[in-house]
Amino acid sequence: MLSDILVYGLMNGAVYAMLAVGFSLIFGAARIINLAHTAFFMLAAYAVFYLGFSMALHPVIAIPLAILIVVLVGVFVYYVFMEPIREHETAVLIITVAVALVFQEVILIVFGGHYRGVSNIVSGYVSPMGIRISYQYLLTMGVVSFSLLAVWLVLMKTRLGVAIRSSAQDREIANLMGMNVARIAAATMAISVALAAIAGVMVAPLYTLEPHMWLDPLVLVLAIVILGGLGSIKGSFIGALILAFIEVIVVFTMPGGAFLKVAIALAIMLVILVVRPEGLYGVYLEGER
Amino acid sequence: MKRKLFFFAVLFLALALVFGVMGCAPVDPVDDEEEVTPPDEEVDDEDVLEFDGEIKIAVTGPMTNIQGEMMWWGAEMARDEINAAGGVIIGDETYSVSLIQVETDEIMDPLGAVSAVENVIISEDPHFLIGGFRTEAVMPYTDLVARDYQKIFVICGAATNELLEGRIDEDYDTWKYLFRVTPIKSTDLVTVTILMLNDVAMAVREELGIAQPKVAILAEALEWNEALVQMAPQIFPTLGLEFVGTFRPSATASDVTTELRGIEASGAHIIYTIMSGPVGIPFGKQWGELEIPAAPVGINVEAQKSGYYPATDGFGDYDYTLNTFAKNAEITEETIPFMEQFVDLFGQLPNYNADTYSAVYILAEAAERAGTLDTDAVIEEMENTERIGAAGRLVFDENHDVVWGPGYVTAVGIQWQDGELLGAWPYEWYPDPENAPDLVVGYDGIVPYQLPPHVLEQWRE
Repeated sequence: MLSDILVYGLMNGAVYAMLAVGFSLIFGAARIINLAHTAFFMLAAYAVFYLGFSMALHPVIAIPLAILIVVLVGVFVYYVFMEPIREHETAVLIITVAVALVFQEVILIVFGGHYRGVSNIVSGYVSPMGIRISYQYLLTMGVVSFSLLAVWLVLMKTRLGVAIRSSAQDREIANLMGMNVARIAAATMAISVALAAIAGVMVAPLYTLEPHMWLDPLVLVLAIVILGGLGSIKGSFIGALILAFIEVIVVFTMPGGAFLKVAIALAIMLVILVVRPEGLYGVYLEGER
Repeated sequence: MKRKLFFFAVLFLALALVFGVMGCAPVDPVDDEEEVTPPDEEVDDEDVLEFDGEIKIAVTGPMTNIQGEMMWWGAEMARDEINAAGGVIIGDETYSVSLIQVETDEIMDPLGAVSAVENVIISEDPHFLIGGFRTEAVMPYTDLVARDYQKIFVICGAATNELLEGRIDEDYDTWKYLFRVTPIKSTDLVTVTILMLNDVAMAVREELGIAQPKVAILAEALEWNEALVQMAPQIFPTLGLEFVGTFRPSATASDVTTELRGIEASGAHIIYTIMSGPVGIPFGKQWGELEIPAAPVGINVEAQKSGYYPATDGFGDYDYTLNTFAKNAEITEETIPFMEQFVDLFGQLPNYNADTYSAVYILAEAAERAGTLDTDAVIEEMENTERIGAAGRLVFDENHDVVWGPGYVTAVGIQWQDGELLGAWPYEWYPDPENAPDLVVGYDGIVPYQLPPHVLEQWRE
């Protein structure tokens, strides 16, 4: 059972981390709590379904195209709806909810409420230690790991990364130093949405597509980033793994209560927050930032 | 500024292109297979025939989901047939049937469903209502319909016994307005799925030489299947089966690999499924792709649909589930014509919700026999219903529930076999071997159940 928990915990944790890191990134850099984040994930999953099935494009074309479309939509949403009111954080929060609901309703109108599936990019499975892992899962883990590494490299080794981190530390000082904070926020939004889109296209073959598929991951993402510490990328990564492992342990140790896995994970998150209100890697007061 | 404008112009054009293409091209690969004629344009006779009035029937269901669509399509088919045949004669007057679609969104918002139903009653004042899918929604809105508005409601989607039991038998005057046409009630669903399970167990014994097959339950966590989850483990030993555990994912879970791994680790040969929600799709896909060595049998509502096979990428093959109809099973002389016409009109096989078709006919015929649209008179006639429908002989019991059993509605077991959805139960069913050993139930066209090839291979190894 231990090997099962280890493998499935890592697999689920990787996908959660992908979503949570993107969410943390835009919050850290622009103080935007983007509740439409997982709606971009949904949009990407539907885009790859549409391009791959209805337009019969090869996955090699459909996947990057889907990611590109969703990133463009994300940047559009940022410039039109978020940027003009970026200083009003609560208004931005509400706007992102509205955007997510618009996406949901558009999907419902275009695709209906049917539950849909996307073909695997690679079929079959391997069974190390007697545990069956589909190739699609392995591919997803590989792409997720690569994407997270790429984000880390961008943040740590490029001028854009330095700018994003500076903006995250203190926007006003960054602005005074001559950085275009608005443009940095837009670039961060693009990276954040790209992470959600990559997660969406990779898990589309693993999940069921339906217009409300953004809601459950949103709850998890919020829990992860709060657990890890709002705005902390490292915290999001660790938080994702913790929640994923809790879920898997629940399923394996009490199968009759498997549906409680999210509730139990959130309860444990609450316990951790009672002990450490700022989250694992967060700051206690905004002034510390 | 110019660069910004240029950027937005390009972005706008790109988005317009994408959504324009989306709007023009078909989105559903299942729908592409056949040309579907919108039924509203199919029948023009309604325009020609003149009626003295109309019988308004509200169809309540999650209309953007397949369950609601099936309800609507079944009702439309019946409406068009009745109107084309001259309508419903009540006394000296002829009435047409008209339908009102009520989006209850009861999968996502059960409480909102109550408001939707009340709204249609107040604004449209329908004579009758049919539909209802999720017990969590149907329970409160049938309460409203019967208790507050005294309207007839024919349930066409929710199975929970308590929607009728404990209501009509205890307080007839309050609850007499409620009837159920489809599906059969939960406890009868248990009986049928147990009979199907017995067939699978026999196949495991015969083909794999395993004397006491092990069974795991995979049941979504919802109210409607509680009775099944509680009853099933007590029944397994009487069938010579060993119960190894219950796994209860959420009805909307998008990933059940951990549950499947748990089932595999339990050594189960058979998975007894009880699922009505979207979890049925990841189950079918992941079960097939990971070649979990246990044969599924039970209820998987998603597997009743034509779209299940493509949605699971073909991995859902050999899933074995309960349904009301099967395209190859001649339950009555009405079954095959109904199935063929339904597929012609809508491009998909009907699931159990589509027997709103029978519900509309039952209401129309009861009103015709009563000679009035007075609710009490129609209820009295509905209680005397005796109708040969596509699902069997429709008769109501003392709780206004459709009677299950040989000679009535039996339901069928359907199995995906090489990409085709075929009836596989009852093939040779002996309902009462002790008292009536010669009584064998089996419908023309039913094919024998097949164990999934990967299950056979792995246990033989």
